[in-house]
Amino acid sequence: MIAADANEARPARVAAPDVADATSTVDVRELPSFGFSHRSLMWWGTAGLMAIESTVFGLAIVMYFYLRVHVERWPPSTPPPDLFWGTLNTAILVVSTWPNHLAKRAAERLDRRGVQVWLTVCLAFGMAFLAVRGFELTALNVRWDSDAYGSIVWLLMALHTTHLVTDTWDTTVLDVLFFTGPLEGKRYVDVSENALYWYFVVISWLPIYAVVYLAPRG
Amino acid sequence: MTMTARATEPRRNSVPVTAEEAAALEQTWRDPSGIYGWLAAINHKAIGRRFIVTAFGFFVAGGLLAAAMRLQLARPDNRLIGPDLYNQIFTMHGTTMMFLFAVPVMQAMSVYLVPLMIGSRSVAFPRMNAYAYWIYLFGGLMLYVAFALNIGPDAGWFAYVPLSGPDFSPGKRVDFWAQLITFTELSGLLEAVILVTTVFKLRTPGMTLNRLPLFVWGMLVTAFMVMFALPAVMLASTALITDRLVGTHFYNPAEGGDAMLWQHLFWFFGHPEVYLIFIPGLGFMSAIIPTFSRRPIYGYSAMVISLIATAFLAFGLWVHHMFATNLPELGKSFFTAASMMIAIPSAVQIYCWIATLWTGRLVLRTPLLFVLAFFFVLVLGGMTGLMLASVPLDLQVHDTYFVVAHLHYVLIGGAVFPLFGAFYYWFPKITGRMLSERLGRWNFWLFLIGFNVTFFPMHLLGVQGMPRRVYTYPVEMGWGGLNAIASLGALTIAISMLLFVVNVWRSLRHGAPAGANPWNAGTLEWATSSPPPACNFEAIPVVAGRDPLWEPGGQASLVRGLSVDSREVLMTTVLDAAPESREAFPEPTIWPMVGALATTVLFVGSIFTPWAVVWASVPVGIALTAWFWPRRPENRAHLALERAP
Repeated sequence: MIAADANEARPARVAAPDVADATSTVDVRELPSFGFSHRSLMWWGTAGLMAIESTVFGLAIVMYFYLRVHVERWPPSTPPPDLFWGTLNTAILVVSTWPNHLAKRAAERLDRRGVQVWLTVCLAFGMAFLAVRGFELTALNVRWDSDAYGSIVWLLMALHTTHLVTDTWDTTVLDVLFFTGPLEGKRYVDVSENALYWYFVVISWLPIYAVVYLAPRG
Repeated sequence: MTMTARATEPRRNSVPVTAEEAAALEQTWRDPSGIYGWLAAINHKAIGRRFIVTAFGFFVAGGLLAAAMRLQLARPDNRLIGPDLYNQIFTMHGTTMMFLFAVPVMQAMSVYLVPLMIGSRSVAFPRMNAYAYWIYLFGGLMLYVAFALNIGPDAGWFAYVPLSGPDFSPGKRVDFWAQLITFTELSGLLEAVILVTTVFKLRTPGMTLNRLPLFVWGMLVTAFMVMFALPAVMLASTALITDRLVGTHFYNPAEGGDAMLWQHLFWFFGHPEVYLIFIPGLGFMSAIIPTFSRRPIYGYSAMVISLIATAFLAFGLWVHHMFATNLPELGKSFFTAASMMIAIPSAVQIYCWIATLWTGRLVLRTPLLFVLAFFFVLVLGGMTGLMLASVPLDLQVHDTYFVVAHLHYVLIGGAVFPLFGAFYYWFPKITGRMLSERLGRWNFWLFLIGFNVTFFPMHLLGVQGMPRRVYTYPVEMGWGGLNAIASLGALTIAISMLLFVVNVWRSLRHGAPAGANPWNAGTLEWATSSPPPACNFEAIPVVAGRDPLWEPGGQASLVRGLSVDSREVLMTTVLDAAPESREAFPEPTIWPMVGALATTVLFVGSIFTPWAVVWASVPVGIALTAWFWPRRPENRAHLALERAP
C-alpha cells in the first residue's frame, strides 16, 4: 500500500530548511479511512474511559469493605436488599450482550440494516433495565442517609445507573442516526465501540451485584 | 473550491507541497474568525495557548495570595489579615497551585507540544480537548467568584474531615472546593485519555515507541497515572459533598462512617499527584538538556524505565502523608521503604542528565539556567523528603513549616524551574519570537535567590516548632526574624515574576524573530516554522531516529496523499508507527463550549439543590448530542475521501 518513490523530485519547498533533503515519499492515499478495534481512535478513547471507570468502581468497592470492617454488624440495622429485582436485572443485562454482539458484528460488516435492527433491540433492553433499575432502587431496604452502609450501597448503585443512562442515551442517538443519516464509515466504528462500552457496563455490574446483593448475606 | 470538485477528485498534498496546497491546508485547519470562531476553536495550538495562558493566570493569582500571606506573617502579632480570611487565602493558594496550575499547566504544554513533537496535525479528539479546556476555565472562575463573595473554601487544600464535614464547616465554602475538584479532575481525566490516544495512534511514520521524545514519554506516563489517581479524589470529594448536602455518612463515625477513609482516598490521589507535577518537569529537563549540551541524551532506555518505575512506586507512597495517624507501625515501615526506593529511579535520571551535560558542549542560555537550578533545588527538597520518610522525624515536624519548606523545594524545584526553562525554550516556537536573554537572566537569578531566601528559613522555623496555617504568632516565640527574611524573599520572587511578564510582553512585540529552529534542536517540533502553520506540517515528516533533525542522513522522507481540503490525519500502529489509516477529523464547533457551560450549570447547581443533577443533565445531553451529530457538508467531504478497510 505504501509507495516509496525513490525517484521523486527533490522538493523545492518543504516545511523548514533543516528537512530540505527529502529524497523519498510515503504515499498514504490508498490507506483505509477508518478501521475497527485498536485501529480506531474511538477504541482507545473508550478503553481510556473504561480504565478510569474501572478504577472508580474498584475504589468504591474498596470503600464498601473498608466501611464494613469498621462496624460489628453488616448491614448495621436493616435487612439486606431484596434479591428479586436485582437478580432479574442481572439476567436482563447478561442477555442484552447477545443483541449487542450482533449489533457489533453488523457494524463490522458495514451492514446498515443489521445495525438498525440490533441497535433497536439493544435499545429495548436498555429501556427494560432502566425500568427494572427503578424497582431495584425501591427494594434496597435502606436509605442513603440511614447510615454509612446505606450511603455506600447508594453510591455503588448511582455510579452504575449513571453508566446505564449514558449508554442507553448513546445507543438511542446512534440508532436514530442509522435511520436518518448522514452516515460514513466511522459511524460503524462508533457502533462497534458503543457495543464494547456496553460490555463494560454489563461486566462491571457483576461485581457490583455481588457486593450489593450477596456481600450483606455472606 | 466547489462541491463538485470535492466530489470528483479530492485534492491531496504532493511532495513538495505546492503553494496552492499549502494555502488550502491553512484554510482547512485554521479556526474560524470572529467571536464565534474564538468560541468554536478546536485547533490544538489555539486550545494549548489558551490553556497555558489561563494556567499562568491562575499561577499569578495563587502567587498574589502567597504574597498576601507573607505580608501578614512578616512580623509578629500582625493584624493585617484576620484568621477567617487567612484560612480562605491559604486554602485558595494551595488549591489554585495544585489543581488550577501545576497539573493543568503540564497538560496545557503537552496539548500544544505533543502533536508537533510526534509529527501529527492534531491531538486525538480535538473537540473533547476544547471541552476539557472550557471545563477547566469555568471551574477555576467558579472558585474565584466564590472567593470574591466571601465563600472561598477555608479547610485547607486537602480539606480533611471532620473539619470539612457538615458539622464543622457549615455554609457553602467547602462545597465550592469539592465541586472545583470535580471540574478540574474531569478536565484532567479527559486530557489524559486524549494524550494517550494521541501518542499511541497519531505518531508520524517511523517514530517507534523507542524513538519517542523523552518529554512525550513523560507526558504519556503522567497520563496513565492521571487515569488511576484522579478517580480517587473525585470519589472522595463526591462522598464529601453528599455528606454535606444529602446527609450521607461516609465520613461520619456516629453512623458507621470513618474520617480516615478521606485521608486514604485523598492521598491515594495526592501522592501520585506530586509525580503528576514532577514527571512532566523531568520531561522538560530531558528536552532541554540535550539541546544545550549539543548531544543526544545519555541512557535513553534507562530514562524511560525510570519514568515508568517512578509511576508505579508513586502509588505506594500515600500513607507517608499519614504517619501521624494511628495506622499499624508495620504498614508505615512499608511506606517508608517505598518512599526511600523512589529515590532510585530519580537518581538514575539525574545521573543520566549529568552524564549528558558532562560530555556535551554546554550552551548557557536561559532555559539551561533554569534546568541547572533544578539540580540544586530539587536535591535539597529530596533530602528533606528522605528525612520526612522516616516516621519518628516526621512526627516531630508534622504540620510545621518544615513540611511547607520541603514541599515547595520539591514542587518548585522539581516542576516550576523546569517549567520556566520550558517557557523560555518553546516560547520562540509558539510565538515566533525570542524572549530577551538579559531579562531572562534577571528573571532567573532573582527567582533562584528569592526562592531560597523565602523557603530555606522555613526549614528552621519548622524545627523551631512554628506550625503551618497560623495567621499570626506572638513576638515571644522568636520567629519574627526568619519570617521577615522569608517575606523579603517572597518580594524578590514577585519582582522576578514581574520581569518575566514584562519580558513576555515586550518580546511578543519586539523580540528577535526566531526562525524555525533557533536552538538547533533535534526534535520534530523544530522542523516546522515558528509559529507553526495551522496544519503543523505542510507535509508530514517521516523519521528514522530519536533526534530526527540531527540525523546524519537528514530528513528521511515526507508523507504525501493527505487531503488538503478536509482535516485528514495520518494514523499509525501503536508500537512501530507504520502507516495504518487516514481519518478525517471533525470541524470546529461551538458545542463543546456550550456543553461545558451546561456542565457548569449542573455542577454549580448541585451545590444548591441535588435536583440540579437531574434537570441540568437535559441541557448537557442536548449539547453533547448536538456536538456529535454529523453535518451534511462535512459528511459529503468525508465520503469523498472514504475507503473501507
